[in-house]
Amino acid sequence: MTNQDIIRWLDRIADELRANTHYLTQLDSPIGDADHGTNMNRGFSAVHAKFPTMTAMDIATQLKTVGTTLVSTVGGASGPLYGTAFLRAGGAVASKQELTASDIVAMLEAFLGGIIARGKAQVGEKTMVDALTPALHAAKQELDQGASIADITAKAAAAAEEGMKATIPMLATKGRASYLAERSIGHQDPGATSSWIMLRCLAEVCSDR
Amino acid sequence: MKKLINKVEDVVNDSLAGMGAAHANLLRVDLESQIVVRKNAPVQSKVGILSGGGSGHEPMHGGYVGIGMLDAACPGAIFTSPVPDQMLAATRAVNGQAGVLHIIKNYTGDVLNFEMAAELAELDGIKIESVVTNDDVAVQDSLYTAGRRGVGVTVLLEKIVGGLAETGAPLEQVAALARKVNSHGRSMGMALTACTVPAAGEPTFDLSEDEMEIGIGIHGEPGRRRLKLASAAQITEMLATPIIEDLELKAGEQVLAFVNGMGGTPLIELYIIYDSLNRILTGKNIRIVRNLIGNYITSLEMAGCSITLLRLDDEITRYWDAPVYTPALRWGM
Ligand SMILES: Nc1ncnc2c1ncn2[C@@H]1O[C@H](COP(=O)(O)OP(=O)(O)OP(=O)(O)O)[C@@H](O)[C@H]1O
Ligand SMILES: [Mg+2]
Repeated sequence: MTNQDIIRWLDRIADELRANTHYLTQLDSPIGDADHGTNMNRGFSAVHAKFPTMTAMDIATQLKTVGTTLVSTVGGASGPLYGTAFLRAGGAVASKQELTASDIVAMLEAFLGGIIARGKAQVGEKTMVDALTPALHAAKQELDQGASIADITAKAAAAAEEGMKATIPMLATKGRASYLAERSIGHQDPGATSSWIMLRCLAEVCSDR
Repeated sequence: MKKLINKVEDVVNDSLAGMGAAHANLLRVDLESQIVVRKNAPVQSKVGILSGGGSGHEPMHGGYVGIGMLDAACPGAIFTSPVPDQMLAATRAVNGQAGVLHIIKNYTGDVLNFEMAAELAELDGIKIESVVTNDDVAVQDSLYTAGRRGVGVTVLLEKIVGGLAETGAPLEQVAALARKVNSHGRSMGMALTACTVPAAGEPTFDLSEDEMEIGIGIHGEPGRRRLKLASAAQITEMLATPIIEDLELKAGEQVLAFVNGMGGTPLIELYIIYDSLNRILTGKNIRIVRNLIGNYITSLEMAGCSITLLRLDDEITRYWDAPVYTPALRWGM
C-alpha cells in the first residue's frame, strides 16, 4: 500500500461518510444526540479539503494530518477518539514508503490502541472498540497464515461488520448511550458503524489494487 | 422542520454574530476561532473562567460571558462538544497570568476535548484547573455509565465561581469552590416533547400527546423512563424527591431552588412547577432562600423542565449574590 493508496482510502471514507451522514445520525438518535453522522462528515470533508497538500506526504505524515484535522474539526467524543487513532496509526508506520501486510496490521493495532487509550473502553461496552477489536484479531490471524493484503483487509472488514451488528443487543456502559441503561439495548452503535465503514473502505481500496 | 434559520450549516455562526452585535458592551465574538470572550479580556491577575459545550443550550454558555461570570465560552456545533483548538484559543485569550479554570460538563465528548486542550495549554505554560460538573441524579454514577451528566448546576457554578474570581482569588481557591458547588447541587429533568437538531432535520424521538420522558439530559435525548403524562404537582414530586434524597437534605437547611425551562416551556408553567417545589420543600422544613426561574440551560425548542437544588452555605450564598453583568444574568450592577 502506497501513499497514493492512502489517499484513495481516505477519499473513499469521505465519500461513504457523506453518503451515510443521515444514516449515522439516525443511529445516534435513539441512543445518543443525533450528531455522529454530521460530526464524521464534517471531519472527513476537512480531510478531503487537505488532499492537495497531502498527496506528496509520506504515509505517516498523511495519517497524522488526518488525526490532527479530525481533532480540530469533529468535536464530540469521536473527534478525540478517531483523531488519536489516526495519530497513533501514523506513528506505527513512521518512515515507511510502502506498507506491507504486517505494516497494515500494525497500523490497525495502533489505531485501535489510540481509541482505547483515549476512551478507556473495553470490548462489550457498545462502542467503536466492538467493531475494531474483532477486526484486528481477524487481520492478525490472516497475517499469520500468510494471506495477501486484500484478504487481510477483507476479513478485517467482515469481522468489523459482525462486531458492529453484535453491538445491537449490548447494554451500553460508555458514552452517551450509557445514560439510557437498558433502553440502549436493541440499537446498533453509531461509532461501531463508522468504524466498520472505514475498514470496508480500506478493504475496497486494497482489493482494487 | 420549521425554524427561524437561514441555512442549516450557518445556524451557530449566524446566532453568534447576532450575539456579538447585541452585546458589544460586554463581549466580543471571534468567529474565526469560534469563541465568545469577555470584552476586556484578559483581566490581569484574575483567574480566567472558561466553559464550553455544544450549542443549542442558549443562553448557556455564551450568554454568561461578561462581568462576574465567564471570561470566555467555546460553542460547539449543536449538541456537539467544541474542539480543542477553540478551547486553547479561549484559554489564551483569558489568561491574565493567574491561570485558567475549565468548567466541563460530564459528557465523554466534552471531557476528552477539554483534556486535549488542557494538555496543549500546559505546553504553553498556562496553569489550568479543570472541574467537571456531574449533577444529574437521573443517571447512576456507576461503572456501568459514563457517570452523571453535568446539567443545571453548571449555570449556578459558573455564576458563583465567577463571583469569587472577580475578587482576585487564586486558581486553587476558585477550583475548590467550584468542586464544592458541584458537590452541593443535584438536578433532574423531564421532557414533554423532543427537539429537532437542524442538521438532523427531524425530532430526536417520538413522544405521543399523552406521554412524557423523565430523566432527560440536555441534548434532546430520550430519558430514563417514558411515562403517562402527569400533573405539574406529580412531575415536581418525581423530579424533586430523588434530588432531596441524593443530597440528603435535612430540615432546617437552606437551598437555592432553580426551576429551568428546556426552551419550549413558557414561564407561566415554570412558576406552577416552582409553586409545587416550594410546597414540597416547605413541607420538609427546607428553606428556599434563593431562586432562579427561567430558560437558562436548554435543549433547543424542547418543552419540559429541570429542577436543581443547591445546598447553600455562607460562602456560596455570598458569591451567588455578588454582582454579575452578562447577557443572560444581571444583578447588583
Ligand atoms: N469511551 C469511549 N470509547 C470508545 N468509543 C466511545 C466512547 N464513548 C463514546 N464512544 C463512541 O462514540 C460514538 C459517538 O460519537 P459522537 O460523534 O456521536 O459523539 P458524542 O458522544 O455525541 O459527543 P458529544 O456529546 O460531544 O456530542 C459512540 O457511538 C461510541 O461508539
Ligand atoms: Mg453523538
